[in-house]
Amino acid sequence: MENETILEVREKDGLLIHQGVIRVPYTWAAGAVASKFYAGLRNKRIYGVRCPTCRIVLVPPKKTCHRCFGELSEWVEVGHEGTLQTFTVVHYHEPELHPLKAPFAYGIIKLDGADTGMTHVIAEADLKALKEGMRVKAVFKEIPGGNYLDIKYFKPVKGEK
Amino acid sequence: MGTRTAVVGVGQTNHTSKRKDVNGQELINEAVKRALEDASLSLKDIDAIVIGNMDHFEAINVVDGWSVDGSGAFMKPIMKVTTGGSTGGTLGSCGYYHVASGLFDVVMAIGWEKNSESDTQAAISTCSDPILERDFFGGAIGPNAAEYAMYMKQFGATQEDAALVAVREHNNAVKNPYAHLRKLITVEDVMKSPMLCWPIKLLDSCPRSDGACAVIYASERKAPKIAARPAWVHATAVSHDYVYFGDYDWEKMPTCQATVDRVYQRAGITNPLRDVDVMELYLPFSTCGVVWMDFMRFCDLGEAPKLIRKGVFDMNGELPINPSGGVMSTNPIGATGLIRIGEAALQIMGKAGERQVSDVRTAMATAFGSCYWFEATVLRSTKP
Amino acid sequence: MERIAIVGVGQTKYERGKTKNFAELVYEVARKALDDAGMELSDIDNVVTTTNDFFDGRTIACMPIAEASGSYGRDATNVEGDGTLSAFYGLMRTLSGVYGTTMVTAHCKVSEGSPRKLFNQAFDPVYDRLLGMDAISSCALQARAYMHRFGITEEQCAKVSVKNHGNAKNNPYAHVALDITVEDVMKSPMLAEPIKRLDTSPISDGACAIILATEEVVQKKAARKPVWIKGVAHCTDAYRLGERDLTHSLPLETAAKKAYQMAGIKDPSREIHVAEVYDAFSYMELMWYEGLGFCGPGQGGQLIDNGATQMGGKLPVNPSGGVLSAHSVQVAGLARIAEAVLQLRGEAGRRQVPGAKVAVAHGITGICAQTHCVWVLSN
Repeated sequence: MENETILEVREKDGLLIHQGVIRVPYTWAAGAVASKFYAGLRNKRIYGVRCPTCRIVLVPPKKTCHRCFGELSEWVEVGHEGTLQTFTVVHYHEPELHPLKAPFAYGIIKLDGADTGMTHVIAEADLKALKEGMRVKAVFKEIPGGNYLDIKYFKPVKGEK
Repeated sequence: MGTRTAVVGVGQTNHTSKRKDVNGQELINEAVKRALEDASLSLKDIDAIVIGNMDHFEAINVVDGWSVDGSGAFMKPIMKVTTGGSTGGTLGSCGYYHVASGLFDVVMAIGWEKNSESDTQAAISTCSDPILERDFFGGAIGPNAAEYAMYMKQFGATQEDAALVAVREHNNAVKNPYAHLRKLITVEDVMKSPMLCWPIKLLDSCPRSDGACAVIYASERKAPKIAARPAWVHATAVSHDYVYFGDYDWEKMPTCQATVDRVYQRAGITNPLRDVDVMELYLPFSTCGVVWMDFMRFCDLGEAPKLIRKGVFDMNGELPINPSGGVMSTNPIGATGLIRIGEAALQIMGKAGERQVSDVRTAMATAFGSCYWFEATVLRSTKP
Repeated sequence: MERIAIVGVGQTKYERGKTKNFAELVYEVARKALDDAGMELSDIDNVVTTTNDFFDGRTIACMPIAEASGSYGRDATNVEGDGTLSAFYGLMRTLSGVYGTTMVTAHCKVSEGSPRKLFNQAFDPVYDRLLGMDAISSCALQARAYMHRFGITEEQCAKVSVKNHGNAKNNPYAHVALDITVEDVMKSPMLAEPIKRLDTSPISDGACAIILATEEVVQKKAARKPVWIKGVAHCTDAYRLGERDLTHSLPLETAAKKAYQMAGIKDPSREIHVAEVYDAFSYMELMWYEGLGFCGPGQGGQLIDNGATQMGGKLPVNPSGGVLSAHSVQVAGLARIAEAVLQLRGEAGRRQVPGAKVAVAHGITGICAQTHCVWVLSN
């Protein structure tokens, strides 16, 4: 794979501008903890970990508690539903970054049973009616890929006032 | 006058080619926990943290913020330093200056790299100027191969001389439980290994590894309470004198000379062979272990092969170099320079296990990278 | 803490699409700082540069600018992070007794790359990088959380933009100086609610340099109007957004408390005469008022409403126009220090806060300002 290409050379104010791109391939190891989390998502189960010292459940899970630096080994299943803590409706377009076409929303969701929030996408929703405290539910991807978007997005729970 | 500072704890992971069981933060955490354990400290004893790696190897922007779960930086001061291959040396200096400033008592420096996560050469190639040098840049091997080719021609050094260095590094590593490559080899093995870029062969080169290292620095006030035999920092020096590879003077190695001269002068070293008890040198290729010996001021120009053939730098020689096995046995790039400092400190602290050199009072560590940039640190068992 | 002063500063004009390369930009400001200090390169004992491999598109991004920063023949090092952090490392090196003077530089050509994609790389590749967030969308989450909790309005945020863009008219270095109204801000295109275009900072190229010196050097070289460093501290929050309280910046409060303690400041709202804070977005300035102790929690909106932070007010904030008027990544924090220095020297021209004796300079780095660095300076 080419890792650097001069695509074109332009001129500005009598000076040359070389336009290029850098392509470096990456294979990130998710590690045992994230792998277990994604294995859970594959089975439509959302797991977190519990810190016995701080008595909080962290979702997504991780290996070390940032507060007490203790090792986290107690796995806890949390619900598919949760409460929307904060959100934003995105109106600008970044097709190479955004998972959905704008307008769509990002939000931080505290799942039932979790003490920390999960940042994710909100969709299948009336974007003008989003509110802090509203109940949302995870929608899973039909064919999971072993990554964060195996939860496609969160959508408002029907019948929610 | 600044605050006297010492290394009081060292931790590192068992370096290996691929750590698939942990992500980067988790890798960092292993080294951090081991360093805390080594110093019998807990995270709350750490006043500040400095971390470093080479960004394009993992493609994580703002690594200091990202590292919090692994580095323990939650609600602490943390910053990131990076200078390419010499990052580990830069990290050690940064940890030292945090404490020497008098503003922090106990500071942890963390170096790490997950080289398995990227195409190393592709990532390294972006260090060369895109408009002037990138098309010709042959990665790290080319310049070093050319350097040794010139040295062989000028002084009659041989490939076997370099092979002796490779054998020393690899065989020392067998006694280092943290080293990546731990296999006894012979000069014949080196000579038979595949040629990469003449005259550098596979066994003349460093591996790339996944690994992390954490070194804890403490002030004069706290160091003696933490470590029985702290490794006091006497001097650091660094040379970033070149930007373009084409400008470098291959026959004089000005950056190596500038750095060692400065650090020797600051540390009061007049005859390094005699005044220093052990050195952990950043030698990415066995050929460096020949050529650079002249410029480390061990001998006159061209005399290094004689010293090597006499075994001066072997474990039982006058100045053991790389009891840890050096870079040729272990190379998680962002950590490598810091591992040199950590290993040199362990030698002074008397905690180097089977690779311990006896009666170490003065140790030196170097780091190398980018455009022939050098960094050096001198540690002693006595306070400066 | 031993007395260390800032004796020279230099900035480029901040603008988009600069044709100078990195080395040329760094040389420009290093030279300006030396001239400002009445020094030559030979007076500099060591160098701290600030770079970012992503924004520069270079592995070992400090390599191309080494010579331009004055690294040749002296110890040099490099920080990746906001300029307030590299300046802090420069301060520590100067305090160590090994060096009498330190040059600190920072540069960035944000317009050369794709800043949104580069910022997205700060997200964890194992987890939420795939969400495709960048600075705007992530900060919008923080803005919304903060504003919702305390009832801060979009109009109050807009007032920050009006103030700062207006202040920028007095700053020859600023990128975007504007004569706008709250209505203009409210009508500007919505990017990610509640952040509108005029609530965001521009994409600026630029560089900045400062020179630090010990008291001994200051006395020997009789440097003009040294500005003394009274207190500096930095602090970092949890990494994941869901693990933080986005409505209140605990790391800023912690860093500010420590810096104030070092400086002997007991009531910042009274004892600070001018502040240069990192307002990457308009809502941030209101949050930073609170973290810096200029007002109580949740009162950021009231503070902008009562005019205290306007030019001529009790505590002018961002007379330079702030980051909303010029945002060269990693440079902007060092620029806040440079601007504070000019204020304390009485050399801030039309943006001068009369009689300023104590100043705060502030920088941030990371997603939703995960890390804060606070400087207290005085003449």
